[in-house]
Amino acid sequence: MALVALGAYVLTMLWTARVSLSSARIFPTGDFVGLGQYERLFRNARWLLSLENLAVYGVLFIALCLVLGFLLAVFIDQQVAGEGMLRTIFLYPYAMSFVATGLVWQWILNPGLGIQQVARNLGFDDFTFDWIVQQDTVLYTIVIATVWQASGLVMALLLSGLRGIDEELWKATRIDGIPKWRVYVSIVLPMLWPSVSTALILLFVMVVKLFDAVVAMTQGGPGTASEVPAKFIMDYLFGRANVGLASAASIVLLLTVLAIVAPLYYARSRALERSRA
Amino acid sequence: MSNAMTGAAGRAVAVALALALAVPAHGTPPAAPLKATVSHWWTSGGESAAIRQFADAFTRAGGQWIDQAVAGADQSRASTINRIVGGNAPVAAQFNTSKQFRDIVDQGLLNDVDDVAARGNWDRILPQTIIDAIKINGHYYAAPVDIHMPAWFFYSKAAYAKAGIKAEPASFDEFMGHLDRLKRAGLIPLAFGGQVWQEKILFDAVFALVGGPDLYLRIYRDRDVKAVHSPAFRDVLVKFKRLRAYTDPGAPGRNWNDATALVVSGRAGVQIMGDWAKGEFTTAGQVAGREFGCFPGFGPKAPYVVAGDAFVFPKTGKPHVVKAQKLLATVMTAPGPQVEFSARKGSIPIRPDVDVSKLDLCARMGIEIMADKTRQLPNTEMLLDPDLNGALQDVLTNYWNRNETPERAQQAFAQAMKDNTW
Repeated sequence: MALVALGAYVLTMLWTARVSLSSARIFPTGDFVGLGQYERLFRNARWLLSLENLAVYGVLFIALCLVLGFLLAVFIDQQVAGEGMLRTIFLYPYAMSFVATGLVWQWILNPGLGIQQVARNLGFDDFTFDWIVQQDTVLYTIVIATVWQASGLVMALLLSGLRGIDEELWKATRIDGIPKWRVYVSIVLPMLWPSVSTALILLFVMVVKLFDAVVAMTQGGPGTASEVPAKFIMDYLFGRANVGLASAASIVLLLTVLAIVAPLYYARSRALERSRA
Repeated sequence: MSNAMTGAAGRAVAVALALALAVPAHGTPPAAPLKATVSHWWTSGGESAAIRQFADAFTRAGGQWIDQAVAGADQSRASTINRIVGGNAPVAAQFNTSKQFRDIVDQGLLNDVDDVAARGNWDRILPQTIIDAIKINGHYYAAPVDIHMPAWFFYSKAAYAKAGIKAEPASFDEFMGHLDRLKRAGLIPLAFGGQVWQEKILFDAVFALVGGPDLYLRIYRDRDVKAVHSPAFRDVLVKFKRLRAYTDPGAPGRNWNDATALVVSGRAGVQIMGDWAKGEFTTAGQVAGREFGCFPGFGPKAPYVVAGDAFVFPKTGKPHVVKAQKLLATVMTAPGPQVEFSARKGSIPIRPDVDVSKLDLCARMGIEIMADKTRQLPNTEMLLDPDLNGALQDVLTNYWNRNETPERAQQAFAQAMKDNTW
């Protein structure tokens, strides 16, 4: 089993690394061009832009998902009526494919069909909400749509963490007269770290593989304004028949992920160990 | 990312397997009828009606057609390549008449159809642009099935009447004047979908018409960097960008057929798009020359940009498969199936000796223009590798969508040409 896993992951990675050093086009070839593909890659304005987009998107997406997911979890933790239904509603978007929901979001945000047009039909003639067609705001529309999709997942994770917190703690803080929000921020949140770090890793993976939302909503446009690395790789792999360059891009992405996820993962396992000790 | 890696790696494993298993195949007795799995991406209503013409003709000729449609051109081509590498190639597979299959030819993975070509006299009857794309090192490696012109102008007669426009424009400036009048009439002047490939189609149309075929070929065929920096090319870029003011705010991301629907309904004046747009008009019950008009550019000398589809025949040693491949190539290029196919596809036949009475006004106009060899102009896919073509698309979409000077675009265009050639 371990051997298969090793073969499937490590060997394919090594193979990709090897292909990234060749001039492969449609087919993987055996020649050696050194770091030529990487040089080309980092001269490619679209690749640089897609990395920049991914960074901006990642920070916003993760931060908003965590904040929103935490607030939702706290809200549901207040013994609200109809908890089961609310939980389902909040988690439901996560169960849907983004190819479908992305199309719906595209209509909602399209200035000719969606929110802007509805508001104008209601008589607000100057109402403008055309982020999705603007170069400098289109990325935020993808943040909005994906946060809508993923914050329910964070809610579910944190809610299970909240439910694991001892009732005695709440009694003690009530006796001490500490305001509830203070307990959440200063005591409960640090105790939730294992759940939060799980959420972080899941969200981070979603950031790196961001593809379907972009394709369904903007196709990377207008222009190349909402381009992301995964889409860049797919384009060069298939449409543009340049396996070498696509492999180089995959390797760069892999190294970036390792650089960020490894410390995070390490911190999480340390925290888990401490909480067990 | 995982997809990308498994894709590349999967192909790698497949290559290894294919090499290991490349035992010469003998012994399978030829079974009648001749079975042929045909891989293509024609899935829409009109398209599948069109390809059924080939399938029926193939059946009549003693074959058995096994249809393997994959939605989406990129996906279909990727699946074909994976299957070739994996040793389970279809008998015939669709590509565009372009450089898309050049790598497969170079790897020696396709059968040629030279004897079909010789019998059909392809050297004489096919347009030179198509011969250039499919005849490689003296051998025919694909059977062309249609000619599309991606730069037609389709206009709504109702919209033109509302704007008080009497005649089709005879120059770019006249065209701009018409767009102004459409705008004043409260219509969307130019129906447009802001997707990268549609921007490229629009640009190439402007390039061929404003820059002229000479400049077009100097840049796309000869990769002449000096021509990219010339004032004439700058003028093309400037005129291209001027069109942007005549599109509507809903254009970015819009599909081409939704843009066509704006012309069909008379809400927009004109769309510049390939002749596949005719399908949308036909479905809406409109007839060329009655509800909508079509013209291939400005004036009597406007170039006809040639694009199209072709089928390639993956390598095999099995005699009955080779026989099926040759029968397919013969059937697909025969005059009868050609005209039946084109009538439904919206394209024009690859050969001039067909009965044109079944074709619409625009197609008949196209055939007439194609008779004049000086007006034929290859589209960029025939001249450029897919990745350079894509890199140029990136440059143009940035120029179209950003506040970028034409000089900056010229620079980026030249840089992309340098960067994407090994």
